[in-house]
Amino acid sequence: MSTFEFDGAGIEFRPGQTIGAALVAAGQVSWRTTRVGGVRRGLFCGIGICFDCLVTVEGEPNQRACLVVAEPGLTVTTQEGTGHEHD
Amino acid sequence: MSTTDVLVVGAGPAGLACAATILEHSSLSVVVVDAGHGPGGQYWRQPAPAVGADALDPAELADLHHDRARFDALLHRLEQGRTDGRLQLRSQHHVWSAVPDMQGYAVHAVDRGRGPSHVPGSTTVARALVLATGAFDRALPFPGWDLPGVMTVGGLQALLKAGGVVAGRRVALGGTGPFLLPVAAGLARHGATVVGVYEANRPARWLREGRAVARNAGKLGEGAGYAAALLRHRVPVRAGRMVVAAHGADRVEAITLARLDRAGHPVPGSDQRVAVDAVGVGWGFSPQLDLAVTLGVDLTPDVAGTEVVAVDDAQRTSRPGVYAAGEVCGVGGAPLALTEGRLAAAAVVADLTDGRVPADVVSSARRVVTRQRAFATAILRAHPVPAGWADRLAPDTIVCRCEEVTLGAVRAAIDERGARDARQVKQLTRTGMGWCQGRVCGYAAALLSSGRPGPAVERLVAAPVPLGTLGALAEPTARPSRRTGISDDAM
Repeated sequence: MSTFEFDGAGIEFRPGQTIGAALVAAGQVSWRTTRVGGVRRGLFCGIGICFDCLVTVEGEPNQRACLVVAEPGLTVTTQEGTGHEHD
Repeated sequence: MSTTDVLVVGAGPAGLACAATILEHSSLSVVVVDAGHGPGGQYWRQPAPAVGADALDPAELADLHHDRARFDALLHRLEQGRTDGRLQLRSQHHVWSAVPDMQGYAVHAVDRGRGPSHVPGSTTVARALVLATGAFDRALPFPGWDLPGVMTVGGLQALLKAGGVVAGRRVALGGTGPFLLPVAAGLARHGATVVGVYEANRPARWLREGRAVARNAGKLGEGAGYAAALLRHRVPVRAGRMVVAAHGADRVEAITLARLDRAGHPVPGSDQRVAVDAVGVGWGFSPQLDLAVTLGVDLTPDVAGTEVVAVDDAQRTSRPGVYAAGEVCGVGGAPLALTEGRLAAAAVVADLTDGRVPADVVSSARRVVTRQRAFATAILRAHPVPAGWADRLAPDTIVCRCEEVTLGAVRAAIDERGARDARQVKQLTRTGMGWCQGRVCGYAAALLSSGRPGPAVERLVAAPVPLGTLGALAEPTARPSRRTGISDDAM
């Protein structure tokens, strides 16, 4: 089974799925906190329009989980705020 | 930079049909640029191409595409074009700008298919430009709509079509329009318990649309098919209901429904709470007009007041060399988009070559477009946003999801500082100024401030572009820079 890493845990996915689809299939509904309210967000529009599903992939913040295709061994982390706070 | 005779933006039904028809009836070269992982658009959305024993097989999801044969035929035609060296399909390319050029139109795109840290740009100059950019779900705010697990109806559908994933075990659908039905049927077939489809409008509204319905009998059969599927899966469809709130701590756990009166306002005391772990709400679709607006082509309002691209009966826009087909000309569904794509192709072939698409093909396509446009208009009239959509919003309800602006702040801008349209609301509150550039909240901001859908918004950069990619464009000899540290993407 193909897996990528999300916040240190293995997420199994089927090749062809996006990171967002794989996370939802694994029971995750959110992988970001907002800049102002610090509330959790996940998929909303699902097609790259709304930017709610932003996530950090391989250290690059602000990636749309609904668009980035899952690949074995990727490192995905929850994005807090702008994703740049720890730079 | 590369050149082509025709550049088609969008590989959904309209763009694919346009490209295929041009290949069939001319020797023109065609480039199709599309943001998806492969051709199909939203309608024929597929999993990303993948190999391996555990890879998602599109065949597992074939039941979600009731006219897959037509898609396959188009793909076959495009494959021939590719073999002949006349067609290039550039998937995962996000067009961020289309501007006039000495030779026609220059289209700038970024390639998002090479991983998050390498986003190269490309420029293609074309003699003719076809806008087939489609549409996206129209959302309206309600208390709790920013909870994880609340999505658009199209978002639920995309997750299923491309990922093979049902968003929850107990799913509710709300909003308005015929699109709710196929999504509910697909979710039920793939294992979700669809607790209800809550259609804001009542079927009686369709009685006024008898003529458009009679001329499009096939649509009735399609609707009956979904109704039968929903009956089989015991999915209740309730008309005159609206999702007025979503509840939960870190994710949606329940929704509140209200009954709407004949004028479209929630009836006090009619609330009903339903446990769910996912909900999709959609109020129709907004055409993706970003490129059309910056190109300056004429727009025209549809019957609901939403601006769409104005085209003549050959799909020519007001700007020579720019054509439009499909949902950008008014949301009307895939069969209409396909036909408009073929008509646009006929106009391109007539304008750029000595050849012609056969007259009988063109005249029959025009008849289909006229008939189906009438049906699309009937859908808009039968499925309006209810007058009372905002009655149950609270001062702390988020309106702008990106900038986290509340209704209270928006109302203060309107009531105390005199904002009269979405633009003024944006200037005063940052509503629509974030990542999505108002694509999600702009419609609501316009309704709240002016009482009607606002004019199409100009977005000079239609998709995020990494600053390094922009820099490389400005200085052709420069190497793409690494991250700037300021911001990953320029809006």
